[in-house]
Amino acid sequence: MKGKAIVITSGKGGVGKTTTTANLGTALAMLDKKVCLIDADIGLRNLDVVLGLENRIVYDLIDVVEENCRLEQAMIKDKRNPNLFLLPAAQTRDKDAVSEEQMKSLINELKEKMDYILVDSPAGIEQGFRNAIAGVDLGLIVATPEVSSVRDADRIIGLLEAEGLNDPQLLINRLRRDMVGRGDMMNIDDIVEILAIEILGVIPEDENIVISTNKGEPIVLKDKAYSGKAFNNIAKRLEGQDIPLMTIEKESLFNKVKRIVGLS
Amino acid sequence: MSDDKAESRGEGSKNIAKERLQFILVQDRIKLSPQQMEEMKAELLDVIKKYIDVDDNDIEMDISREEEMMAMIANFPLKKRD
Repeated sequence: MKGKAIVITSGKGGVGKTTTTANLGTALAMLDKKVCLIDADIGLRNLDVVLGLENRIVYDLIDVVEENCRLEQAMIKDKRNPNLFLLPAAQTRDKDAVSEEQMKSLINELKEKMDYILVDSPAGIEQGFRNAIAGVDLGLIVATPEVSSVRDADRIIGLLEAEGLNDPQLLINRLRRDMVGRGDMMNIDDIVEILAIEILGVIPEDENIVISTNKGEPIVLKDKAYSGKAFNNIAKRLEGQDIPLMTIEKESLFNKVKRIVGLS
Repeated sequence: MSDDKAESRGEGSKNIAKERLQFILVQDRIKLSPQQMEEMKAELLDVIKKYIDVDDNDIEMDISREEEMMAMIANFPLKKRD
């Protein structure tokens, strides 16, 4: 097996990297792919919590690179999907506890066992970010439709390309169709035009994400959630399926009426 | 474009966001602060003035981007002959 390693990154914090990693990983596992998620945010781990696996951690990423345990011992199997694994970050160490070389060899080892390795990058452009991009094949940049987020995304695109990670793809998170509709939020075309990169998917703003994070259950497990469908579509696109972007910019009159009377 | 102008044209705030972003990204990409930009303009003008008479009032210098490419476009109108 020769898996594909993807880093989920953004520069700016709080745009949804961890939520994206958890949901995209779960969605790929639901497509019968073997997936390992790596939390590269050393000292500020959170991917375990979003997946509801916080009580199962025995070993972490640092234990693996310091050879306190075998890789398999540190990989936590997801409680819902046997194809999904989590390699948690260490919570009590700092980001210098792991090097780029160590991350590279870890990723290469995982590529032999997995179809996909998704690396949840820390915010910022310091050493933690460099560790997160070591050894990966594709950069996936998460941005929300805000000036600060798009600016930082542009910076990250430049840094990825400087590291030889060309042609990163964009994921727009928290798009609000009502605000786009009245011209108070940049739309998909605006952001793609500014950043000049390929778009992989768009996730609408959805309060169900907060609820799913509260419970530690990824939103993709919910059939009806709009945002969950968006993540499932992104997973299918990664698998090479031709799925058009959801038409979340133009709301149908029927849906608008439903929303106004509070049915959806 | 100011907020007021956009609002009086009945546009939402997204166009303001877009214009500000395009300006910010050019600065980020060439790593040149607005002050340095002004200094460069002044120096360039001095050099050009050594050789030709230009009309100070109508000089335009801007960095713009089209798709992947960025270019600095400068316009130095020559002084009309008296």
